[in-house]
Amino acid sequence: MDFNFTDEQKMLRETAADFAVNEFTPLSEELDKEEKYPLEVWKKASALGLIGAWVPEEYGGAGVGFLGNAIITEEFSKIDLGIGLIVAGTFGCEAIYWAGTEDQKHEYLANVSQWHAISAGAFTEPNAGTDVAGASARAVRDGGDYVINGSKMFITNGCVCDFFVTLAVTNPEGDKRTNRHSLIIVDANLPGLTKTKIRGKMGIRASDTAEISYEDVRVPQAMLVGDREGQGFYQAMKFFDTTRIMVSAQGVGLARGALDKSVRYVKERTAFGKPLASFQITQQKIAEMAIRIEATRNLVYKSAWLLDQGQVDPVLNSITKYYAGETGVFCANYGVELHGGYGYIDEYEVQRYYRDAKILQLYEGTKEAEVLAIARRLLA
Amino acid sequence: MNTVVCMKQVPDTETLIKIGGEGTGIVTDGVKWVMSPYDEFAVEEALQQKEKLKAGQVTIVSLGPDRAIEAIRTGLAMGADTAVHINDSAYYDKADPYATAAVLAAAIKGLSYDAVFLGKQAMDDDAAQVPAILGEMLGLPVVTMVIKLEVADDKSKATVTREVEGGHAIIEVPLPAIFSAQKGLNEPRYASLPGIMKAKKKPVDVKTAADLGVDQTPMTTVKSLELPPARQAGKVIAGDDAAAKAAALAKALHDEAKLI
Repeated sequence: MDFNFTDEQKMLRETAADFAVNEFTPLSEELDKEEKYPLEVWKKASALGLIGAWVPEEYGGAGVGFLGNAIITEEFSKIDLGIGLIVAGTFGCEAIYWAGTEDQKHEYLANVSQWHAISAGAFTEPNAGTDVAGASARAVRDGGDYVINGSKMFITNGCVCDFFVTLAVTNPEGDKRTNRHSLIIVDANLPGLTKTKIRGKMGIRASDTAEISYEDVRVPQAMLVGDREGQGFYQAMKFFDTTRIMVSAQGVGLARGALDKSVRYVKERTAFGKPLASFQITQQKIAEMAIRIEATRNLVYKSAWLLDQGQVDPVLNSITKYYAGETGVFCANYGVELHGGYGYIDEYEVQRYYRDAKILQLYEGTKEAEVLAIARRLLA
Repeated sequence: MNTVVCMKQVPDTETLIKIGGEGTGIVTDGVKWVMSPYDEFAVEEALQQKEKLKAGQVTIVSLGPDRAIEAIRTGLAMGADTAVHINDSAYYDKADPYATAAVLAAAIKGLSYDAVFLGKQAMDDDAAQVPAILGEMLGLPVVTMVIKLEVADDKSKATVTREVEGGHAIIEVPLPAIFSAQKGLNEPRYASLPGIMKAKKKPVDVKTAADLGVDQTPMTTVKSLELPPARQAGKVIAGDDAAAKAAALAKALHDEAKLI
């Protein structure tokens, strides 16, 4: 067992950390306030190979694996979770990586890792989130095409992406509700697509989120991910097993950012003539944050490492994702408490961390869904 | 254009420095080591010159212990082609700027180059002596505090802008020459991921001072290090009467602070 990072991984962390500090910090406040997607930052990060770095070299990426991607995500999220979501510029393509044809991998994985395209995963619907198999968007065969109708909700990158990996029912006759769906690659510029940006998110406001409606959207059947229909649910599950690790790394990064800012503040701020850091109640909070971060970090690295070895462990991933969400929210909360009243106003960044953190318990599987998955396995 | 960059690994500028050992060094436990920021400008300039002329090699030369390899790899990941690591703790630990320049000069002598770049000073000891001493030892012209550099197409000379008090001086210098980089010369690039993945495969020539035939006794020795004095607490002028407080403030500024 070797817990050391390779020299490449250390340098990768340094590059990601430097990049986030220099490029995110000056924009954080404005993008958060105005809900703007950081397209220029995405471009710069892509040029350095930081977006889609997990894509293997044979398909055009840097080939740092999902552990490398977790490191990048962690360092980005430490500075700004919303802007850091540029790392999800390949969102949806994880499914192409696991299940796509060779041609699809060469085309789409290369495009998202070489800054030609941003992708989105269109799974969730207004009436089906956690219940993935409940998705009702419909793709009907017509000649050599699929004609797609339906609507998708809370789609990350919805208004900025070049294509959607869309979950739709292709085989309503399937004997189980988990073998009725397929994933289909849908060009974002096709007629019949309507994208509506969702405004008013509590946090990660620099990340683009949209509602997408499909009205007779026509795509060639060759856009089916993989070579047969009815696999969409399982492909989506494998996809979530991958992206859940990225989201868990977001939790670690955000928590580390909250801890860093808190440590700095409690050393400077005095009360009763002494620095806050000298009070045991402060020390307790700081130590608890560090304990949870360390535990979560090890979970994230283990999950990512296993995935890179081709040994996906869905229950471990659920445990990791659950705990990362808890850690993010916990540390952001303590961050605000340690800053007192100042933590409640936007002059101090911890208030943004507090707002950003909650999404970690909601997307990529709610914490309740993670609990279900863990318990189901234990009690089966 | 072939260039050499002399690079030093130093504590990160945000490190909280503590004096350790016998009072002549710093505590290195928990210190994060980075490429000296002025040396980043030097690496970037070497890369840009190479890119402009679309030919040549950039070689990093660094004196430092084992850990210095990390900063060397960073330079290679930024795009430098090869490196010489003078990995010699015994020599490094007691080296002053003169001894440092001596061993760097010996390493550089074996290389083919049109220019040598360095940061204007290392961010740790701030001595700013190595560029000039190196020039003397290699018999080359030195231009310090460079903020702009243009190399003639035939690589025979360079036109250099350097900072002088209140303005700029534009200088012409024959090549090869030594240039020390000042902030403003360029914007150092990040190490890209493909660069990082390639860095490990790039050759690093590891040498000791003895390998280079150098045994230079330092000309200066550090006797002790001191931290700047801690800031004194401020003085509060108490009272309810604004006029009386203003008078007390004026008196304190005059008598105690001697500012007015």
